[in-house]
Amino acid sequence: MTRVYVPADSGALAVGAEEVAAAIGAEARERGANIEIIRNGSRGLYWLEPLVEVETARGRVGYGAIDPSKVAGLFNAGFLTGGGHGDCLGLVEELPYLKRQTRLAFARCGRTDPLSVEAYRAEGGMRGLARALQLGAKATIAEVSSSGLRGRGGAGFPTGVKWSTVAAANADRKYVVCNADEGDSGTYADRMLLEGDPFALIEGMAIAGFAVGASHGYVYIRSEYPHAFATFRNALDKARGAGWLGPDAFGPGKGFDLEARLGAGAYICGEETSLLESLEGKRGQVRPKPPLPALKGLFGKPTVINNLLSFASVPWILAQGAKAYAGFGTGRSRGTQPFQLAGDVKYGGLVELAFGVTIRQLIEDFGGGTRSGRPVRAVQVGGPLGAYFPQSLLDTPLDYEAMLAAKGMLGHGGVVVFNDAVDLARQARFAFEFCAKESCGKCTPCRIGSTRGVETLDKIIAGRNVADNIALTRDLCETLTDGSLCALGGLTPLPVLSALDFFPEDFATAPRLAAAE
Amino acid sequence: MTGKAPWDAGEARAMIAARSAEPGAMLPILHDLQQTFGYIDDAAVPLIAEALNLSKAETLGVISFYHDFRRAPVDGAVLKLCRAESCQAAGCEDLVAHLASHGVELDAQDGGPLRAESIYCLGHCALSPAALIDGRPVARLDERKIDAILAAAKSRPQ
Repeated sequence: MTRVYVPADSGALAVGAEEVAAAIGAEARERGANIEIIRNGSRGLYWLEPLVEVETARGRVGYGAIDPSKVAGLFNAGFLTGGGHGDCLGLVEELPYLKRQTRLAFARCGRTDPLSVEAYRAEGGMRGLARALQLGAKATIAEVSSSGLRGRGGAGFPTGVKWSTVAAANADRKYVVCNADEGDSGTYADRMLLEGDPFALIEGMAIAGFAVGASHGYVYIRSEYPHAFATFRNALDKARGAGWLGPDAFGPGKGFDLEARLGAGAYICGEETSLLESLEGKRGQVRPKPPLPALKGLFGKPTVINNLLSFASVPWILAQGAKAYAGFGTGRSRGTQPFQLAGDVKYGGLVELAFGVTIRQLIEDFGGGTRSGRPVRAVQVGGPLGAYFPQSLLDTPLDYEAMLAAKGMLGHGGVVVFNDAVDLARQARFAFEFCAKESCGKCTPCRIGSTRGVETLDKIIAGRNVADNIALTRDLCETLTDGSLCALGGLTPLPVLSALDFFPEDFATAPRLAAAE
Repeated sequence: MTGKAPWDAGEARAMIAARSAEPGAMLPILHDLQQTFGYIDDAAVPLIAEALNLSKAETLGVISFYHDFRRAPVDGAVLKLCRAESCQAAGCEDLVAHLASHGVELDAQDGGPLRAESIYCLGHCALSPAALIDGRPVARLDERKIDAILAAAKSRPQ
């Protein structure tokens, strides 16, 4: 029996993986070949999807990108024994794109059937929770603290501090909530993990629940990810079947369980307090802080709310030790970050690396430049609220502090490449437009300022009173930065100001304002 | 969307009752209703309000807050085309123009064989431009693929 892997990741499905799997199955039946098709997650090498892998004596041999018309040719070339073919990539794990990465959170993603409990265990799963149970709650939090793990949603708050606050809070009930409302454009790491290694999230949340004394948790997944939601719900059932969740998850009588909840298309629900409101069944409007969710969160109870990638990093930290994790990274950014290459890029995909790699290394060494062949003009880092970087700043390292110093932010690690056709005045307008569309309406700077921003940018683009309107835009940005209740209004100025500062030539006839100041 | 059940108050009431004891049941109930009927009928509002002990205004407030919930049924296929930054960088606005040249305006209220809506990020940014067609993911879109989607929408029985 030969094992053939065809991803069921929705990215692979979007370029025909289902048809490829069906064609391989049909061809094997016709030829009497004895194969087992395993639907794995994606390795994150998206330009090679659908990426078919065959298990051979020397390792897993890859073929990509495959479409159904190539399937008969693969059989003719003897791909079931790793035979040569025009699309043969050799051993997948020797591909430089993968080999140069440091995959901790994504170590298993793409290797296994994401819904196989046995495969998860065989690949080192559940060792983190086992060690946590052995260490006890206090020592588990100490381990997370000393690993240096910070919130991977973008704010970079120390995870250990959050957990200790919840652990110390006195309440009859506490919650663990995962923010899987990955709304930032250019990011897809959460989706990949939900579809490719969901048990890692379940294990990470279980460790958190054990550490802070919570018995119930929620995973809030955005509705734009229907496939991820379905896969994760299946994973929850399997985890209950394996006893990883349920009334005796942490030992006899010590229960822990999780529930998956579907968002409804509101970007703002990625903000933690609106996410909690949404889980409670309300409009996803931002809550003022304090009180912190750690003390008064879901249904008014102490709540650990972390990004999916934070939770998914925890099993590795517990299994391998905080010291090993803290050994990666730079400055106060410890460990690894799954970066996501997107936009006009030749080799788009997930690149998990220690903090400190530069934007240029990422887009050139991994991304291979633009797919269109046109020169790179701007790179947006950190989603729709992230800054646009010009060529001259591409050597900025990707870590929390360096990005802040460059007036940007790391966000969720999305890196979107734009070629020279981009018009940064239009991108600045889009930033305001998006903010207006997604504003929850609670605070005035965001609700009204975003619309005024669109109007002002329209005037600039039309060439009306450009210098005055640029000054007005900057003034508006100041109001949004200082006066907004949450990061949506507070960070919308980042893309706008970076466009103005680094690409003044795109702002029609009066780009000289910066020089005149 | 075609293939959905016609509005049925009794069925809706049973679906609401099945969930109403869950904490924060509102969104799961709304998703169930939309999944079954394709939209949230106005007649569902008092039913939900009563079951969750809320006012009708509060219930309506939640429904109208979220982009996903529809207040009227949709005939024909639904294309949700991503218009966020990664897809912009890969030319999604050219596809918007291409659709318009075939008479399909994005986010238009009137019906047709294909309803096209803007969406912001589907997580297929390494394969931009991307979309969902009736919930099915499609990526690396170009004019040829859009034409095929249009043709399929026009040819299917209404």
